[in-house]
This record gives sequence, structure tokens and C-alpha cells, in this order.
Amino acid sequence: MATVANLSRAWAIQRRVIGALFIRELLTRFGRHNIGFLWLFVEPMMFTVGVTILWTAFKSTHGSNIPITAFAVSGYSSVLLWRNMPSRCILAIQPNLSLMYHRYVKVIDIFLARLLVEGGGATLSFIILTLFFSYMGWMSLPEDVLKVAFGWFMLAWFGCSFAIFVGCLAEETELVEKLWHPISYFLLPVSGAAYIVDALPPAFQKVVLILPLVHGVELVREGFFGSHIRAHYDMGYLATINAVLTFMALVMLRRVGAKVVPE
Amino acid sequence: MITVSDVSKVYPTRHGSVLVLDGVNFDVKPGEKVAFLGRNGAGKSTLVRLISGAEAPTSGTIRREMTVSWPLAFGGAFQSALTGLDNMRFICRLYGLDWKERVAYVEEFSELGAYLKEPVRSYSAGMRARLAFAVSMVVEFDCFLIDEIIAVGDARFHEKCRIELFEKRADRALIIVSHDAPYIRDHCSRVGVLNKGRLTMFDDIDEGYVFYKSIQHV
Repeated sequence: MATVANLSRAWAIQRRVIGALFIRELLTRFGRHNIGFLWLFVEPMMFTVGVTILWTAFKSTHGSNIPITAFAVSGYSSVLLWRNMPSRCILAIQPNLSLMYHRYVKVIDIFLARLLVEGGGATLSFIILTLFFSYMGWMSLPEDVLKVAFGWFMLAWFGCSFAIFVGCLAEETELVEKLWHPISYFLLPVSGAAYIVDALPPAFQKVVLILPLVHGVELVREGFFGSHIRAHYDMGYLATINAVLTFMALVMLRRVGAKVVPE
Repeated sequence: MITVSDVSKVYPTRHGSVLVLDGVNFDVKPGEKVAFLGRNGAGKSTLVRLISGAEAPTSGTIRREMTVSWPLAFGGAFQSALTGLDNMRFICRLYGLDWKERVAYVEEFSELGAYLKEPVRSYSAGMRARLAFAVSMVVEFDCFLIDEIIAVGDARFHEKCRIELFEKRADRALIIVSHDAPYIRDHCSRVGVLNKGRLTMFDDIDEGYVFYKSIQHV
């Protein structure tokens, strides 16, 4: 019984800490000026809309005949998940070091608060854009919402565990911060956001399917277009990679947590 | 009760690891006022951070059986890009308190006026000290950790702190880092002197002070 009571108390504190940090993140990132918190999803929305317009203008369906708007929304929204989460976790500790004077604030809370902001923003923008564009008649609603949600969840899980891992690694060596930008840039075209696997030559399909991200994006696409495309994915593979990444992230968290000196 | 047993702290530096605290032992009972003396870099602030739980010792254990404040020090505790008020709200949320009913006290004690809505980075050392003090008073701890911060205030601030800490909260424990001998003599019942990572506790303040003076001339 004592352990249950301890656990529920720990959970209550954890919630308080992440809640307080979440608001603190929103305040420093978006402030109270002009549209304030609305930036949380307006920012990713502007990106997605921009890409949609570009792709529509160039008629670049990247080797398929599925609707461009839906293709861009599903593709680029997923990029926001795996790219922005690590970006926000790299060098996340430094600006929060002074808050670590409070015993309850730990490295994991800082990461989780930022991931919540990032993941929440991307998810909101994804939903709002899908609804808005469908209302405008530029795309149709997903054929299978559950599939989309599951694919999205798996991508978010990948983003979170990868972000915490990279965020911790950045505390060990500043190389990570320098390398992340080129890596994320080169990952973009192969991530599955800008093509569907089925349109690639079979030999190349095998190569891109090594990337765990592609599986998640493919499932989201199947949820959207269902019968119109032939999606290639293996959720078992993505789940295994996610689990391994999560484990590595937690190991790194322990290492970094012991080293951090509050300012 | 706070019990510190066999606590050591090692920091890695470019020229190898440095042993800042070496097998430190002491305890603080409820209501007790304890001072820590030591030369610059002797590990006083490190010890206070370890007691607060903000940092973990390299070895040894620290048991906290009462609520302990964060270290009220020159740096730390506030996010400098946020306003004083936002920082106060953050800390209230962190400790599970309603900030609305506490704003009036913080405004009154800190005397920051309109500055409460300015970023903390624009504050002077004295203003930060007043805010830190005011916020820690609304959270109400059993033990307050004070790392030299009272020293920066003016006479008026000193008097306010004295009333809040030693009159209204006479039953609380205090751990104070200070170089101010008369202040320690007036307020503390025990003193610990840190020298080369070792801690020596004295039940007599004057005795501790003589020891502290003696190690300064070596």
C-alpha cells in the first residue's frame, strides 16, 4: 500500500512539474505579444501551407496520382514531429538550468514539457489543416481515422524517444548540435514525406524501408487514401526501433541527470 | 530533521576531478539555526545545493524529513527571460499552490511594484533577493536555505527578513551561509566550518569563528 501511495504522490508531483514547465515554455517561446499561444500551431501550419502551395504549383505528386493537398499535409506534418522534437531537445537544459534549483525539476521534465509543446502543436496543426482543407474541398477526410491516429502516435513515439536520446547526447558533446542540422536536412527527402514507397523501384524500396520513419508515414497515408495506394509498412519493425530508442534514451537520461549542475 | 551522512562530492574539471566535499556529516533538527563558514570555493554553496536536493551527492546520503526550500542564492531559481510574476506563478504551480491569493504578499514584501511585470534579467541583485525571499515565504518551508542572499539587501530589507524569519517563523530551521560574524552570532546556535572538503561543527559560535580565522592565515 505504501508503494501505491508513494507512486500516486510521485505522479501528482510529476504532473505539477511538467504542467508548470509547459506553461513556462509557452511563455518564453510565444510570449503574450500579438497572437501569443496561437503561434503554437500557426507556426507549423504556415510551414505546411507553404509546402502545400509549392507542391501544388509544381504539380509534384512525386510519382503518384493522389491529391496533392492531402499528400502534402500528411507528409509535411509528419516531418514536424520527427524533426522539431529533436531540435527542441538539443540544448534544452541550459536555458532551464536555473529552474533546476528546485528539487522537483529534473532533466526528463524539461524534455517532456518541450515534447508536449512540440507534439501538441504539430498534432493540432495537423488536425486543423485536415479539417480546414477538407471543408474548402481541397482534400477529403481520411478513409480510416484510426489508422491515421495509430501511425501518428507511432511517429510521435519515435520523435519523443529520438529527441530525448539526441538531447542527452548533445549534453555530452557539442558535435551533436552542429551535426543535427545537416542530418535533419538530408533526412527530409528520404523520410517518406515527399514520396510514397510504392512509386519507387523495388530495389530502392528496400533501402528506404530501413528508415523507421517511412513505415509510420506510410501508415498515415494508408489511413488517408486507403484503397488508392498500396502502402508499405511494418509496425512491428517501427515499434521495435521505438522501444530500443526509448531504452537508449532512458539510459542516457540517467547519465546526464547525474551530471547536470544547476546554475 | 535533515541528516547528512558521509556525503562526498566530486566535480570533473579539465585538470582531473576535484573533491569538493569529503565525507561530510551533520544533522539539522526542526527549528535549529545553523551557519556555514568557509573560504571562497570551500564548497558552501555546493553543500547547500546538495541539502536542497537540486544536485545529488557523488556518495553518501541526505535524508530530508522536513520540507526544505530551494537555495536562496544570488543565481538560480528564476528563469531570467520571464517576469518576476511569471516566475512566482511557476514556483507556486511547482509546489502545488494557488498563486492568486499570494500575489499581494509578494508585491508588498518585494516592493518591486511595476517591475514585477518586467523580465528578471533586468533586476538588480537586491531586487532578485527581495523577490526570492518573498516567494520562498509564500511557499512556507520547514527549513530555509539561505546562501549569502541577505547580505545584498539594504537595512530595510534586513529588518523585514529578520521579522519574517526570526519572529514570525521562529519555529523553522535555517541553514545560513554568511561571512557576517555578528549576524551569525545573533541568529545561529551552531556553526560548521568547511576547509579542504572537510566539515568541522562547533556548538559554540565564537569557537567556530576562531577556527575559521586560523585557517584563513595558512
